[in-house]
Amino acid sequence: MTITQKSVAEGLFTWPADPSSPPRLIGSECADCGLVSFPAAPDCVRCASTESKERLLSDHGTLWTYTTQNFRPPSPPYDGPVAFEPYTVGYIELPGELLVEARLTEPDPDRLRIGQDMRLTLVPYTVLDDGTEVMTFAFAPADFVAVEEETS
Amino acid sequence: MTEAVIIGVGLHPFGRFAGKPALDMGADAVRLAMADAGVNWPQIQGGYIGSYEVANPDAIVGRLGLTGVPLRGVFNGCATAGTAIALAARAIETGEHDLTIAIGLDKHPRGAFAADPSVAGIPSWYGQTGLFLTTHFFGMKINRYMHDHGISHETLARVASKNFRNAAGNEKAWRRTPLSPEEVLASPVLNYPLRQFMYCGPNEGAAAVVMCRADQAHKYTSTPVRVRATALRSRRLGAFEVQSPSFPVGEPVESPTVDAFRAAYELAGIGPEDVDVAQLQDTDAGSEIIHMAESGLCKDGEQERLIAEGATEIGGRLPVNTDGGLLGNGEPIGASGLRQIHEIVLQLRGTAGTRQIPGTPRVGFTHLYGAPGASAVTILST
Repeated sequence: MTITQKSVAEGLFTWPADPSSPPRLIGSECADCGLVSFPAAPDCVRCASTESKERLLSDHGTLWTYTTQNFRPPSPPYDGPVAFEPYTVGYIELPGELLVEARLTEPDPDRLRIGQDMRLTLVPYTVLDDGTEVMTFAFAPADFVAVEEETS
Repeated sequence: MTEAVIIGVGLHPFGRFAGKPALDMGADAVRLAMADAGVNWPQIQGGYIGSYEVANPDAIVGRLGLTGVPLRGVFNGCATAGTAIALAARAIETGEHDLTIAIGLDKHPRGAFAADPSVAGIPSWYGQTGLFLTTHFFGMKINRYMHDHGISHETLARVASKNFRNAAGNEKAWRRTPLSPEEVLASPVLNYPLRQFMYCGPNEGAAAVVMCRADQAHKYTSTPVRVRATALRSRRLGAFEVQSPSFPVGEPVESPTVDAFRAAYELAGIGPEDVDVAQLQDTDAGSEIIHMAESGLCKDGEQERLIAEGATEIGGRLPVNTDGGLLGNGEPIGASGLRQIHEIVLQLRGTAGTRQIPGTPRVGFTHLYGAPGASAVTILST
């Protein structure tokens, strides 16, 4: 059986994603001063230019900080499953680009570490009544085994 | 320029008051402040009034008297009351009014704030996927700060315990049950490393502050409190602020709290070393710790030792949130900063009762921080 998937929003990440074209976040770059923004922004908050171009962001970076979400967020705006499972969020530093806030795939805070390598992925954060998975971007530990050995 | 002085403060208790409208709480606070100042409503020449839940809080004139007084509604997130007091002071300083009032009132439903991200200029997916929570920011900011500056979980718990202990001695506070650091650490994690008893909650309450020209203060009081400086700053590019889907890599930029304190100290000609008592925005225990450094009261990382030594206790060298802060009082957004002013005024008058700090305090400040990265500071002195 094929599971139907859809993106939570247009223009957020490259879609559809498959092994031959892994997902990338869609940011923008100011045509005048080069400031990188995510999500893509037509106006530059550094130089006030209104000219920008699309820029696909790096698909890996390092974990700058993180926290857990242990209660179901107010709904709306949250439209995740009613049966709530705690999740984690963090900021990932994409070198030379920006720090981006994202859900993390690792739900256990004891298995996260500031500075660890992270890689972009897509996750179904909720499932619609007809079975369609709604996909959003998330970051996963890039090399978890190595991290465990280093911290133990 | 004429200086503004505070001649009266009034505080409606913070908590839950079923059936009592926010406007009635506000009117009670105004009457208390006017009685404290020895003035009546027709004497008030103008004012600023802040609320999140009440669309037109200036309707309070229907409770107080239809005198035609210009009351301007203000809203600036959690910095609302700091904005109201700043503008009321400015009306005195510029000579517009001789006698003015700042009022704050709010009545929030239970639970975490919920909003449409679009009101903050943020796309829908940010809320849909569970990222649009202010509590995430506080968890992530203190997690990084603990990593960088060696702050322990026990120190987080000591801050919460101290504020609940102070609130226990404050008859107008909401959370008046003392909790030990161990009890705080035993409460469930909400946003790692922050636990249930390390967060403040939205609630209800009101406060008001009456001000006049310094050269007329003798007509009303023998203990005027001087408004030495007010400063408000919004976030700068590169600072790590609440509700930010991303922010730039590069040189770290200081928070609006650092910027606002720097401006306020310069305006007042007063430095952090002169401060006797402080009110810091403690949305959570981590925020109080970070704001101690951002306000200049200590260096990054010194909090671990200072808090262990009891420096921020009522009897300590740097008393912080002597009335229980937001943790003990909760946060009716429009009123919260005027509740802080109320406490500093009592401390500088020497009338804070069992919460009174020792000695003869001369200088105090108040501080608010809120979404989407705005900070308001007020420096008061005798």
